[in-house]
Amino acid sequence: MSAAGTDAIPKSAYVEVEGLRRVFDVSKPWLNRVIEREPRQSLKAVDGVAFAIPRGETFALVGESGSGKSTVARMVVGLLPPSAGEVRISGVSMTDPRQEAARRRLRARIQMIFQDPYASMNPRWRVGSIIAEPIRAFNLIQGEAAIRARVGELLRLVGLHPDDARKYPHEFSGGQRQRIAIARALASQAEFLVGDEPTSALDVSVQAQILNLMRDLQDRFGLTYLFISHNLAVVRHMATRIGVMYLGRLVEVGPKAGIFASPRHPYTRMLLDAVPDLAHIGRARTPVSGEIPNPIDPPPGCTFNPRCPHANDRCRSEVPRLIDGVACHAVEEGRLPA
Amino acid sequence: MTDPVLSVRDLRVAFETRRGTLTAIDGVSLEIGRGEILGVVGESGAGKSVTGSAVIGLIDPPGRIVGGEIRLGSERIDDLPPEKMRRVRGRRIGMIFQDPLTSLDPLYRVGEQIVETIRTHTDLSARAARARAIDLLTEVGIPAPERRIDGYPHEFSGGMRQRVVIALALAAEPELIIADEPTTALDVSVQAQVITLLKRLCREHGTAVMLVTHDMGVIAEAADRVAVMYSGRIAEIGPVAEVVRAPRHPYARGLMCAIPTLSDTAERLTQIPGAMPRLTAIPPGCAFHPRCPSVFGRCQVERPEPIPVGGARVACHLYDARGEAA
Repeated sequence: MSAAGTDAIPKSAYVEVEGLRRVFDVSKPWLNRVIEREPRQSLKAVDGVAFAIPRGETFALVGESGSGKSTVARMVVGLLPPSAGEVRISGVSMTDPRQEAARRRLRARIQMIFQDPYASMNPRWRVGSIIAEPIRAFNLIQGEAAIRARVGELLRLVGLHPDDARKYPHEFSGGQRQRIAIARALASQAEFLVGDEPTSALDVSVQAQILNLMRDLQDRFGLTYLFISHNLAVVRHMATRIGVMYLGRLVEVGPKAGIFASPRHPYTRMLLDAVPDLAHIGRARTPVSGEIPNPIDPPPGCTFNPRCPHANDRCRSEVPRLIDGVACHAVEEGRLPA
Repeated sequence: MTDPVLSVRDLRVAFETRRGTLTAIDGVSLEIGRGEILGVVGESGAGKSVTGSAVIGLIDPPGRIVGGEIRLGSERIDDLPPEKMRRVRGRRIGMIFQDPLTSLDPLYRVGEQIVETIRTHTDLSARAARARAIDLLTEVGIPAPERRIDGYPHEFSGGMRQRVVIALALAAEPELIIADEPTTALDVSVQAQVITLLKRLCREHGTAVMLVTHDMGVIAEAADRVAVMYSGRIAEIGPVAEVVRAPRHPYARGLMCAIPTLSDTAERLTQIPGAMPRLTAIPPGCAFHPRCPSVFGRCQVERPEPIPVGGARVACHLYDARGEAA
């Protein structure tokens, strides 16, 4: 893995994220702070995250709860303003106020798929209206008959029947609802889909159907995906490149094959080792101790140092920078066994 | 199996609803031996949790056991009066649920809750019970238990809370533990710790465990035997190595292939078409037949009974009279 291969942002990148940072104010109310003489408290949910996704590829963010992966997703689609840093999609900055007009045109091309499809649909609307909403909102097709035809086409595309447009969301199973969510995302001729745990609420046999559908649609329409998941096996199936997050930072970024064949960051190694897998029948092992620390009060230096078997004094004081796709002093100094 | 700790025979659980009687569990039979972990897997609606609830006698009305029997050791427990069953729960059967916060009272210190459980089920003095509670917390790997015993549940992290719940389940040295999705709410690194802990404790105490989960990876690592459920019935039950590596029932096969793993290289996942039928519309014959790639005439009319194939029992007409099928 050369530096150019893993780290340099490809020139043709469709999505570029640089120095992304989001701080939440988690202070107590003003009166409590005054009475208890407590300072303001802030939580760095995301800190210095940078990656790029070339057109037609899938970039996956993995991490445990509290790692900041969903916060990144929300900032990328513009649901949450970043505290610092920049997101550029198709060359258009999502934060620069001067590019407002270009951003409005681009909005239709960016869609998000959520973990719970039922929560992202109006239960009183028929599926046809739900799918047609982006078409109407962006004024993409004129005429009711044409919109109805497009909705039927979209339903067929995701493996449902055009007649399903007349039904309500509660008449569908979880997997079918996620198909509807995907149809709605495609309705605005989206180019870039952000999936935040899109299959985590589904049963495995249904999960396989949705993952296959997402790959088929990607091949067919050249879609670009940002795929958020805690499930490494799912990520391995979907991703072109993978970013591993821990407490708001990217600790390792690289092509899928490299991450799975030769993980370098101790956290990535631990994560891969911890996943229960069908291939490990009756495996006896010594799991890594400890849990993710409280993000309000993260340990100094490398945030993984209290759980890391290779931590030394430098790790406890100096935050490692992402060098050649991995943010670890031990890797940088060659202290880690290959 | 000689002297199983738990033996369930032809269990049937039904829910009375306005639309008629729904059969959630339809003829489930299984046994768990001393120190053995039986994994019960299935997708949502397969009846795995209801099976666990039936064993501990906690099926929510309008659900009730309408047939079969459940034996703990030599004693039949499915027809015990509620007060007697309450004594069995906690004393002879421990429970671990998905969300540890639902098992812990937020207003009481962790130690008080463990001591209460110990004193309810044994005749230890308050002092001895507290010492035993500290031992239990040590055993489940809580650091500084002498101090942590006086903490409240909210002061513990998710993984530590689940350890406290395991300590509670073990408090009265039960013969059987029902663990319903014990690691589902936990992050993978913590999940690995909890699985390892559960395995070690069962081995050391000889406790039988029914491990209910949808996660085949957890089953593969933790269980000795596994029962694959579909539509309230057991499709296949047998040693974990056989059922996971070489599943025989077409549903079990489809399920294993549909799971993305860390080692497979296939571009597409094998998918089972369709979804599990709702309880209101379970197909006649084999419940899996509308989705089955190997379906033939008999499957649509006659329900398959579990028959021994290799080390497992498989409910599929493919294996009937032919022994090992292709």
